[in-house]
Amino acid sequence: MTTTADLGPERVADITSSDAGLRRFLAGLPGVDQVGAEARAARLATRSIKSAAKVFALDLAVRLIDLTTLEGQDTPGKVRALCAKARRPDPTDPRCPSVAAVCVYPDLVPVAREALAGSGVKVASVATAFPSGRSMREVKLRETVAAVEAGADEIDMVIDRGAFLAGRYGQVYDEIVAVKQVCGSARLKVILETGELATYDNVRRASWLAMLAGADFIKTSTGKVTPAATLPVMLVMAQAVRDFRAATGRQVGLKPAGGIRTAKDAIRHIVLVHEIAGDDWLDPHWFRLGASSLLNDVLMQRSRMRTGRYAGSDHVSLD
Amino acid sequence: MSSADRLAVRKTYKLFIGGAFPRSESGRSYPVTDASGRFLANAALASRKDARDAVVAARKALPGWSGATAYNRGQILYRVAEMLEGRRAQFVDEVAAVEGLERAAAESLVDESIDRWVWYAGWADKLAQVLGSSNPVAGPFFDFSVPEPVGVVAVVAPQDSSLLGLVSVVAPVVVSGNTCVVLASERAPLPAVTLAEVWATSDVPAGVINLLTGRVGEVAPWLAGHMGVDALDLTGVADAHLAADLEREAAENLKRVLQPPARRPDWTADPGLTRLAAFVETKTVWHPIGV
Amino acid sequence: MPTFEYAPAPESSAIVDLKPSYGLFIDGEFVEPLDGQPFKTVSPATGETLAEVVQARAQDVDRAVRAARKAYPAWSAMPGRERGKYLFRLARLIQERARELAVLESLDNGKPIRESRDIDLPLVAAHFFYHAGWVDKLAYAVPGLRDPRPIGVAGQVIPWNFPLLMLAWKVAPALACGNTVVLKPAETTPLTALIFAEICQQAELPPGVVNIVTGDGTTGRELVCHDGVDKVAFTGSTRVGKEIARLVAGTRKRLTLELGGKGANIVFEDAPLDQAVEGIVDGIFFNQGHVCCAGSRLLVQESIYDQLLERLKWRMSTLRVGDPLDKNTDVGAINSERQLERIREFAEVGEAEGGERWSAPCDLPARGYWFPPTIFTGVTQAHRIAREEIFGPVLSVLTFRTPQEAIDKANNTPYGLSAGVWSEKGSRILWAAERLRAGVVWANTFNRFDPTSPFGGFKESGYGREGGRHGLAAYLDTDAAKEVNGELG
Repeated sequence: MTTTADLGPERVADITSSDAGLRRFLAGLPGVDQVGAEARAARLATRSIKSAAKVFALDLAVRLIDLTTLEGQDTPGKVRALCAKARRPDPTDPRCPSVAAVCVYPDLVPVAREALAGSGVKVASVATAFPSGRSMREVKLRETVAAVEAGADEIDMVIDRGAFLAGRYGQVYDEIVAVKQVCGSARLKVILETGELATYDNVRRASWLAMLAGADFIKTSTGKVTPAATLPVMLVMAQAVRDFRAATGRQVGLKPAGGIRTAKDAIRHIVLVHEIAGDDWLDPHWFRLGASSLLNDVLMQRSRMRTGRYAGSDHVSLD
Repeated sequence: MSSADRLAVRKTYKLFIGGAFPRSESGRSYPVTDASGRFLANAALASRKDARDAVVAARKALPGWSGATAYNRGQILYRVAEMLEGRRAQFVDEVAAVEGLERAAAESLVDESIDRWVWYAGWADKLAQVLGSSNPVAGPFFDFSVPEPVGVVAVVAPQDSSLLGLVSVVAPVVVSGNTCVVLASERAPLPAVTLAEVWATSDVPAGVINLLTGRVGEVAPWLAGHMGVDALDLTGVADAHLAADLEREAAENLKRVLQPPARRPDWTADPGLTRLAAFVETKTVWHPIGV
Repeated sequence: MPTFEYAPAPESSAIVDLKPSYGLFIDGEFVEPLDGQPFKTVSPATGETLAEVVQARAQDVDRAVRAARKAYPAWSAMPGRERGKYLFRLARLIQERARELAVLESLDNGKPIRESRDIDLPLVAAHFFYHAGWVDKLAYAVPGLRDPRPIGVAGQVIPWNFPLLMLAWKVAPALACGNTVVLKPAETTPLTALIFAEICQQAELPPGVVNIVTGDGTTGRELVCHDGVDKVAFTGSTRVGKEIARLVAGTRKRLTLELGGKGANIVFEDAPLDQAVEGIVDGIFFNQGHVCCAGSRLLVQESIYDQLLERLKWRMSTLRVGDPLDKNTDVGAINSERQLERIREFAEVGEAEGGERWSAPCDLPARGYWFPPTIFTGVTQAHRIAREEIFGPVLSVLTFRTPQEAIDKANNTPYGLSAGVWSEKGSRILWAAERLRAGVVWANTFNRFDPTSPFGGFKESGYGREGGRHGLAAYLDTDAAKEVNGELG
């Protein structure tokens, strides 16, 4: 069985130099027992986070959010409203932190950049024929370049799932490397689309593939396919980033996206990352929550912790 | 010289251990008489060392016998029945002599014994289906229970039923994969030794069944206390106090014990699954069902 | 980077309404003892007294057995359809009061509330449910059993590690088959049994069908030896099990024993590593290691030793040891001072024998009985800590090279209760399962229980099975028993 200890640069080069090398390495990673992984994730979800711990987690949750709009019907107006919310999520509470980033389609990056100027909130753009990933390499790279030139701080790319499932690991690897190269100083999040990968074994392999190729973040989903960011999938990915850092010394971030609707969901993800990967990941630089409707629920919970009363939906702003 | 004048070559009745026919290491023997007291033959008087050797042989034979397919065990046991049938006349003579029976009655018992053996042979590849189960646990697991042999069984054969009773206590023990050390009826051991000759010529692997002849009171305690014996069949222990002592001895390594029946059993009755089930362990296995 | 600290998340104990003292439950009522003395039961997490109970003596045991005998004819003659409905009532009442019972179990035993709430109580209710459904189907319970009848009065002695669950494992099948029972809960954990007695009253169970006599080992002995008891069921140590086997030898009493173990958890090099680590942790630190079927020996293939140990230690360092009533506690208190002493002694033995000791760093509360999750590496079959049951959160780690060596080491013990196997190769799993001399083989999982799944040991881990169709045989008058009793032939 492959030992993932001490993956120095030579060994990495060796593994990634060919399809066969990648296949051997990825197939040699430890398997994941579905029932066991789901049972562990379910047990982590029973952690009871109360009082001071809950306040900490809710604040952190806000700071981790990539506030997202990825709809065909997005307009500059919609994006500006989202950005205003991103800067100041709770108009009634000046101490409420901003979110981590706003995530939009490439053509709306300039709008977002202008709306977020001076706020510290990052602009993330999807690219590489999001969400399907089905297009030519040149088109995917051109799109990435355009998004970066428009001012995106972060690029959320999708891997070619067709190539992955067909076993063409080298192709998937090369594509990530190529995208990373044109990112410049923008950080690269690699979306695995775990719902299409279907098995936890594949999630583990795709995670390692992306990290070996230079991903700054590994991300579960586009949000357009269910299941998306389930706790067992996050369990496998959190384990992968921990193992990768132990083997190579390089830390890679985690982003669950899709299906995180309530504060309770968000806290469960935070607990999971805390217990599986460790507190080094509990920071927006290494951990993001990709969500659209999550923020309001978190704000209402924050409000209840602050005021003692249950909040009403009229008291939080529309996105 | 006519056959009536011809002197018979008498059989020497020895122990059956590890597929061979040794005399007792103690060199002792004891006289076996027929129902009217007339001398029939000397049988070996087994010592504790013979018992010890028999247990060693049984333990050595255990992995092979319990590891054989059920089908294979069934085939071998059926062959025993074939050999029994071939020696029918000899058995009838011996049973009639030691039990003091008319020929017709002895024939009936021998026929019953052969049929009984066939019945047990047929259980080999069915027991797991009847005694096992698939268990519907409340979770994504495949959960099943299977019967397994308990190991080395020491059997004290019935005192009064020299062949049918003997067959009825030995066959159910070995069909499920156990090996055994059998202590024959003290008073009527001869058919048991002849049965051992049948075992020796039927492809039964050496050590699967071992036969001792001798005194229950002398040999049984050593078997009951032996830490390499996994179960104890006290059917042939007539003395209730001795049976209780043996059970107590057996507690030292928690042997599974089949206590003696309160009344003399009707060996011709349908045996049911009692003896088959008494010497199996149930093993339950869990495995997740997932992708 | 700020650390994420979990705030206390206490489960309130207000739901439990304990009386200051309890008598014995005999013939449908709580009664004062005839010759027994009171003693206290304490919370092992804090040392505080929970209630006073009674040490039943010979006269009290006799009274209980007589009550069971008196109730037997009507109970055993009841049509299955009717008797089953009593068990359904018990199951439903247990579900209704599950939260209360879980809290009480954690208070009295020391196990985390998460375990008593999520594992113990659901299994207790399920056990009664499952057996309730068997009552009118007993003709299918034992192959070849033509006329299934109960045995009589069952004397049952249970341990302190899963008090209410062990009660369910004993009482449910006994009652389902038409027997009446006298049950003695463990000395240090009598309370959930006494609340169960209240539940029997709520269910309007006929008086005398269930009797609870509290007390210590001498009470147990009285019960086991009582002439009026037809069937003895014991769960506890192998040493006491052998004693009981000796005591009932030569009598007509039927006996089943569920005793100790030194379970081997075998991790092959192709195991799903993270889940294997979880299984190891579950196997020995679940319930503070107070489990007869604990995976107390880890047999790891040498080729993955370093990887596995690194992950295991990391995982152990995230275990939360503390207040059993905190919902985030993973490992609770050791059940008694005596047990804690025993564990400490073994830990010293382990060090003296040359094992290398490592404990997860954790803050242990000042009051109460606590022991940190601990592993010993460099252990071999020759070490005492590889052979003797410690019954605490202590894991002995051994290695192996080949599959056969793993099997040989796993089987090299007088015990034979459980074994674990971790491998992604199906044929290897089944190969190992065939060869392991254990009553329960957990493959790619551990410590899973279910009322339908027969549980029990090979060799000196006891005999007889509990649960499933197989578990009913112990409480029915089978042909074997009839032969012994002279009712056949």
